[in-house]
Amino acid sequence: MSRLYGKGIVQSLWLVFRHFVESYRVDLRDFFTHKSKTGKVAFRSSTDTKGLFTIEYPEVCTLKPEEFRFLPFLVYDFDEVGKQKQRCTACGTCARICPVQCIWIERAKDPETGKPVPAPASFTLDSDLCMNCGLCAEYCPFDAIQMDHDYELAARTRKGYLLDLKHLSKPAAYYQAVRPRQYARRVAAREEKAEAQNPPA
Amino acid sequence: MKTVETVFQAFPAVQPDQRPGYAGFLVPAENLVDVVTALKSDAGYNYLTCVTGVDYLSDQKMEVVYHLRRLSGGAPLELKVQVDRADTRVPSLTPLFPGADLQEREAYDLLGIRFDGHPNLKRILTWEGFNGHPLRKDWREAFYEQDAKPYKSRWPEGKYQKAEARNPFGDNVSYPLDFDPARHGDVEKELRQDFAQPVNTASEISGEHLVVNLGPQHPSTHGVFRMVAELDSETVVKLEPVIGYLHRNHEKICERNTWLQNMPYTDRLDYLSSLSNNYAYALAVEKLAGITPTERANYIRVIMAELTRISSHLIAVGFLMNDLGVYFTASLYGLEERELILDVFEAVTGSRMMCNYLRFGGVARDLPEGTMGMIYRLAFERLPRKLDDFEKYLLENEIVKVRCQGVGVLTPQQAIAYSASGPVLRASGVGFDLRKAEPYGVYGRFDFDVPVTSHGDTYDRLVIRMREIRESVRIIQQAIKSLPNGPVMNGKPTINTKVPPGESYGTVEGPKGELGFYLVSNGSANPWRYHVRPPTFINLTSLGEMSKDVKIADLVVILGGIDINLGEVDR
Repeated sequence: MSRLYGKGIVQSLWLVFRHFVESYRVDLRDFFTHKSKTGKVAFRSSTDTKGLFTIEYPEVCTLKPEEFRFLPFLVYDFDEVGKQKQRCTACGTCARICPVQCIWIERAKDPETGKPVPAPASFTLDSDLCMNCGLCAEYCPFDAIQMDHDYELAARTRKGYLLDLKHLSKPAAYYQAVRPRQYARRVAAREEKAEAQNPPA
Repeated sequence: MKTVETVFQAFPAVQPDQRPGYAGFLVPAENLVDVVTALKSDAGYNYLTCVTGVDYLSDQKMEVVYHLRRLSGGAPLELKVQVDRADTRVPSLTPLFPGADLQEREAYDLLGIRFDGHPNLKRILTWEGFNGHPLRKDWREAFYEQDAKPYKSRWPEGKYQKAEARNPFGDNVSYPLDFDPARHGDVEKELRQDFAQPVNTASEISGEHLVVNLGPQHPSTHGVFRMVAELDSETVVKLEPVIGYLHRNHEKICERNTWLQNMPYTDRLDYLSSLSNNYAYALAVEKLAGITPTERANYIRVIMAELTRISSHLIAVGFLMNDLGVYFTASLYGLEERELILDVFEAVTGSRMMCNYLRFGGVARDLPEGTMGMIYRLAFERLPRKLDDFEKYLLENEIVKVRCQGVGVLTPQQAIAYSASGPVLRASGVGFDLRKAEPYGVYGRFDFDVPVTSHGDTYDRLVIRMREIRESVRIIQQAIKSLPNGPVMNGKPTINTKVPPGESYGTVEGPKGELGFYLVSNGSANPWRYHVRPPTFINLTSLGEMSKDVKIADLVVILGGIDINLGEVDR
């Protein structure tokens, strides 16, 4: 048994003390430079961070990178008369790829002929089951299902986690706001494809 | 050292496996022990990696699959024993390889294969009184819907229905016919029967040995894990790990899934190193389907896997301090660096822990703008600086030394015999690392060392982890410098991966040891067999050996030194 002289304790406490002082030094500097809340959070999650690295959550949130994914949502556009038009064609790709099988899609039928039309009659997503893997958004051929950034989704009952078409639908402008780079990329790809199909005269 | 072929000349009954897509040798059950003994002594196959079984329902055959390794490197040797499905009896390999202990128990529990000569053949992941063996293909779970996903009820007539509504009994527990829950009620009594309670005559004060349960609800067991320890006052005489509290039959779930659907499930094995798990599974499927990932994807995979190793080791080191009684200070210093790594994961993959980033033939998406800078600053500036601090304050700390040195010693011979892998094996002086021994991906192109220490105690495991972080940083630095441009996906992404019939065993050197996936395909959209070789589950085999004659206060330190992860142990 080697002898203990308490050097380790003193050394470690000195480290903790330095860390403690550093936290206040950073806070004071931010106070005098009137740094914005987002600026503070950005500093805390940068490689230069010093001192305390936690943030006070409900007041400030960490910055969400574009790729961040939470529950899926369905994208709709507006047609010429300003009516909502779902991008979803009920092709079933997302329901087939979903690893936990938490998506239920009912394909719409033409009321007169009874033939299936490319639109969902109902779209149910059990967010209790969803594991936020993002495969549905990744493989959707129409860019109709996307992963959301909103993670504060408390509900009072279990039914509250059963999301239907009404809860899931969000406008394309929201999609653009949440994932600007991806949106631009997809739009460019679609235009390129359309151009390849009917080249301008 | 003889070659495998010369060893097999003495056994004419051993035949190469000639089914298309299969490799290895078919060994008759009665020859198995002799064949393995000869391979071990004459051909240098002294490390048993993986034991599992496959249920070939249509042939009415049960196949037991063994993977043996040479520690000098190279691909594993595969041995298969085919037995009748109705009466599955195979000789146990535990006398030759004690490391087969828990794996054979798992195969017995999940597939109903009886290993003759196993000292303690009882259920391990499910409970006593569980009805049937769940990985048999004719076994169905309580909320059974269909043999394979995607389920037909989801599309195009997808009417929402709760899974519970499908079970006519409203109950998901069934018992075997001869099982009486009332009779088997006193589990503790049964447990005590396994543990002898001799009167201690050696010590001055004679007394009975005491059986103490540490866990499953114990803060230092890192999850729901139980150690049954037989104590002579404060000294541990015998110890047995009891697991399965978090069991969800990952393998059965994944046999119902399609190939791609399994990718997010692998994240949930060892949830602290999801990208390594992704990597091992992607390698196994790529081997089977003959897909080659693109050059850039290979480099991104290496960067991500090494960042995962760093974050996992930081947790291991930090929480070992927690187990020592430093409480949370040291863990939080580790978590701080890990937090920055998780920020990289979040920016690249979209999630901090459940990354689901690798695809067959590449990765899901290229590195977004700005993330390369984050990785660069971490690898070249922040991590090397912080590692100096860690080494100064933790490794040279006298209290850490006193508590960890000489605790939980595993000799090199024991470590090999118990099939230990990863830092546990290397701390015992065996320099075996799959990145060097059987280089996968582009690891052959990087210059790095495999740290080895010789004492085999908990302190050495700590040292190994710190040094491995340094080597990982070195690899990341090289990978950043040589990262090529180009596509990150080979071909067009598709949801229907075409996998020809056959088998494959894909392994990576995960942060905690050798993580392997043994897959069998019959050509359909779902794997026929999906087996995980979980490193920490197998490292637990040696826990009993490490804990002999230590004080009970050191048990949590030893457990922290192995660095188990219950998501992976219990699966």
